[in-house]
Amino acid sequence: LSRIGDELYLEPTESGLSLRAVNSSRSAFAAFLFAPLFFQLYEPGSAGPDTELFRCKVHMKSFLGVFRSLPSLEKSVGKCLILLKPRASRLVLQLHCKHGVTKTHNLAFQECERLQAVFDTQRCASRLCAPARLLAEAVVHFPPTLAEVTLGTGPGGKISLRNYVEDDAEPSKTMVTELWLAEDEFQSVAVAPGSHITFCLKEFRGLLSFAEASNLPLTIHFDEPGRPVIFTLDDTVLEVHLVLATLSDLESSSQSPSTNGVSHLPAPSDDFADDLESYMAAMETSEGCSEGPPSPTFPLRTPQPAKSKPQEEEEEEEEEEEGAVPGTPPHKKFRSLFFGSVMTPGRPGPATTQEVLAEDSDGES
Amino acid sequence: MPFSTEPPASGERYALSASLDNARHLSSLLRAVHFQDHATCLATASGLRVTVEDAKCIQANAFIQAEIFQEFSVQEESVMFRISLSVLLDCLTIFGTSSLPGTSTALRLCYRGYGYPLMLFLEEGGVVTVCKINTQEPEELLDFDFCSTKVVNKIILQSEGLREAFAELDMTSEVLQITMSPDKPYFRLSTFGNAGSAHLDYPRDSDLMEAFHCNQTQTNRYKISLLKPSTKALALSCKVSIRTDAQGFLSLQYMIRNEDGQICFVEYYCCPDENITEAEL
Repeated sequence: LSRIGDELYLEPTESGLSLRAVNSSRSAFAAFLFAPLFFQLYEPGSAGPDTELFRCKVHMKSFLGVFRSLPSLEKSVGKCLILLKPRASRLVLQLHCKHGVTKTHNLAFQECERLQAVFDTQRCASRLCAPARLLAEAVVHFPPTLAEVTLGTGPGGKISLRNYVEDDAEPSKTMVTELWLAEDEFQSVAVAPGSHITFCLKEFRGLLSFAEASNLPLTIHFDEPGRPVIFTLDDTVLEVHLVLATLSDLESSSQSPSTNGVSHLPAPSDDFADDLESYMAAMETSEGCSEGPPSPTFPLRTPQPAKSKPQEEEEEEEEEEEGAVPGTPPHKKFRSLFFGSVMTPGRPGPATTQEVLAEDSDGES
Repeated sequence: MPFSTEPPASGERYALSASLDNARHLSSLLRAVHFQDHATCLATASGLRVTVEDAKCIQANAFIQAEIFQEFSVQEESVMFRISLSVLLDCLTIFGTSSLPGTSTALRLCYRGYGYPLMLFLEEGGVVTVCKINTQEPEELLDFDFCSTKVVNKIILQSEGLREAFAELDMTSEVLQITMSPDKPYFRLSTFGNAGSAHLDYPRDSDLMEAFHCNQTQTNRYKISLLKPSTKALALSCKVSIRTDAQGFLSLQYMIRNEDGQICFVEYYCCPDENITEAEL
């Protein structure tokens, strides 16, 4: 998760503890759901009639600092206790180590809105399932600095992996690496022929190492270029989702709506978190939905003068916020996917936001 | 490998002369107190004491008893000088710091007296290096006046239990808070950094605890930057004794066993951080 974002979102739910992260350009989202059975004891606390279960976010570095050296942790730590204390504003992580030693970390947290990407694996035309090792061995052929990779389906059911090269790159100075995997190397293949997607490799590598370490098969759900690719890992006590934005083709003018009755989120609590992210989310969803939402990814570097104004404003918003975006070259415009955190439940169409911090004069919400 | 004695020039006796078969016995100990450039050396019949101080708040002493040396003689009652510890360590390790089994650097130390440089003769595998290090006027050293009668709380821990803790101390915290108490939490190390606070608790019945003599609940804070260098001494040691007196002065004594199984000591004394009073805790 630290490969994706700087903040770790903790959300205890009835079905388990969910740990999530999103990158700064909102083009990558990951969620790890640990079922109650994963823990020796799991008490999510009780949600009152007016309140939801408490959730918070902490700095990734602070959280990781508690679990500093894994090999020594494995040897010395017996139990880990995680307590969320809203009134004290502290997330308590207590490690019970050998020799009776107890390490208690009281981390400061921030309250946050629910972080949820909008995606639906059912709607993906293609699906691949492979042991993590296969993909790890494939990915090793690409340089560690490679930003994007294209996954495609070819003749004879073969699957290809190729590094993504920009159109304006000089042919004499670029190296293209392409490898083909036979269908039988995968555990299952159900793909639309001739399909391909391009996504950010850096963010994928993090999940791949986890999958390898936990020896779980990785499932890749994808659809048309521009629609997010979803990587999933499934276990009896763990569910992992990684959602990455993909580059859309210049040719394909698919303007399919990005938010289609998926992920109905609970109404935001009355104490609307006064932070920039939520504001952005509100701007995105209110603007995007009202116009008949465009494709979640912008075409590569095309100025797109024909695009409707609200979307342009969105672009500006994002660019202002982006600054240095790790793992996503700014000009690629992997546009942010999701976050209908202010969507009213039950209505897939344009959302009437409960509270928008700053109304745009051209907005329709 | 025994090193032949250099005859003193013109029949003069050296104020201090010593021989050591394995210079590492000295260099590793000196490294454990090397947090400042300069050190004060005091040689008496019982051995060599090297003192390093900082900020008038912290003092570290490395003791190498006369018995550790193959030869150790001090002409006067005591010999004292100030010297660059960095240079001394560089010389002692001039043949390299990696310890290959079977090889060791032999050392001979000679000091003629006040105003004279410290002479080092180092030999390894037939190669001899001669070093002359200038000495300076010794500075007055702090006296923490820490004696056993003034000790309020004392515990002795096996070093392995503390090593990781000290190496991983949250350095974004300005202070290291030490709580010692006859009641829970018995012995607690706390930091207050950017991420939040962290507490490390050692129960009195832990098998790491060799001795536990706490009479009073005391919580004291010390500047973490001053105590962090003690991690080196901790890493070398097998046991550490932690003592505080009524004013909150801290004494850390490390028992170090060298390659030949001989015992040496390093101690750190530290003043409590004056800015914080117990009332605020």
